[in-house]
Amino acid sequence: MAEDDGVFKALADPTRRGLLDQLFARDGRSLNQLESESAMTRFGVMKHLRVLEEAGLVVRRRSGRQTLHFLNPVPIRLIHDRWIDKYTERQASALANLKHELEETR
Amino acid sequence: MTTTATTTGITQVYSVYIKATPEAIWDAITKPEWTEKYGYGGRAEFDLRPGGSYRGFTNAAMRQAGGPEVGVDGEVLEADPPRKLVQTFRMVMDERMAAQGFTRLTYEISEGKGGVSKLTVTHELGDAPMLAVLMSGGMADQGAGGGWNWILSSLKTLLETGSPIDSNPANMG
Repeated sequence: MAEDDGVFKALADPTRRGLLDQLFARDGRSLNQLESESAMTRFGVMKHLRVLEEAGLVVRRRSGRQTLHFLNPVPIRLIHDRWIDKYTERQASALANLKHELEETR
Repeated sequence: MTTTATTTGITQVYSVYIKATPEAIWDAITKPEWTEKYGYGGRAEFDLRPGGSYRGFTNAAMRQAGGPEVGVDGEVLEADPPRKLVQTFRMVMDERMAAQGFTRLTYEISEGKGGVSKLTVTHELGDAPMLAVLMSGGMADQGAGGGWNWILSSLKTLLETGSPIDSNPANMG
């Protein structure tokens, strides 16, 4: 699904994950604030924010004269529900089956 | 990083793309027969005009656990179906949260391509830090549900698949 592609792509970069962590620690930050805690130039931060925004992971809002960036965790939750839950469940039941089989054949 | 005094208080912004019409999303937010099928699963009662009342009722599990009948109260500030709803929002289930007063909640719905609409929720939590923790999912381990992230995910699931989720916050994953 195209929606997921954007999220996986956005999360595949350590700098972008770092920006999400920054927003998780304190939400609603301006570009200046994000830049001041990063080793990157303003252009680098802007470029990465744009990818995060396209993936829906960051939402921009005007607040007075500033534009603030907010972390939107909903796409990660949806990935979790659709992918992670599914496979961890199967893994757990596969292990349970293996245990069962090993114990039967002994 | 010392110059920007945060005069705006705490604001949370969430957005989700849903394969549904703006009308369907509007109904899911404002009609009790829909609100009881996702998120916290309580019935909502809106008087959809400026100054009209809003009441968010608790679900059966919350009442069984000794909760009050009304969980959230507030007032409609702006109703522009199916595009925009602005309301005040006060959690009254917990006395300390109730004491932190009314917050401001804005739903915005826009239609995109291919039958997909975008729902954005802006919750201006002002001076209600406890409610902010609850709405960001920080009290899930206390059985208080996963906040907006969880509400919006389950709303998307309901509208796209038609199946309601388990609305007891204590049973959420």
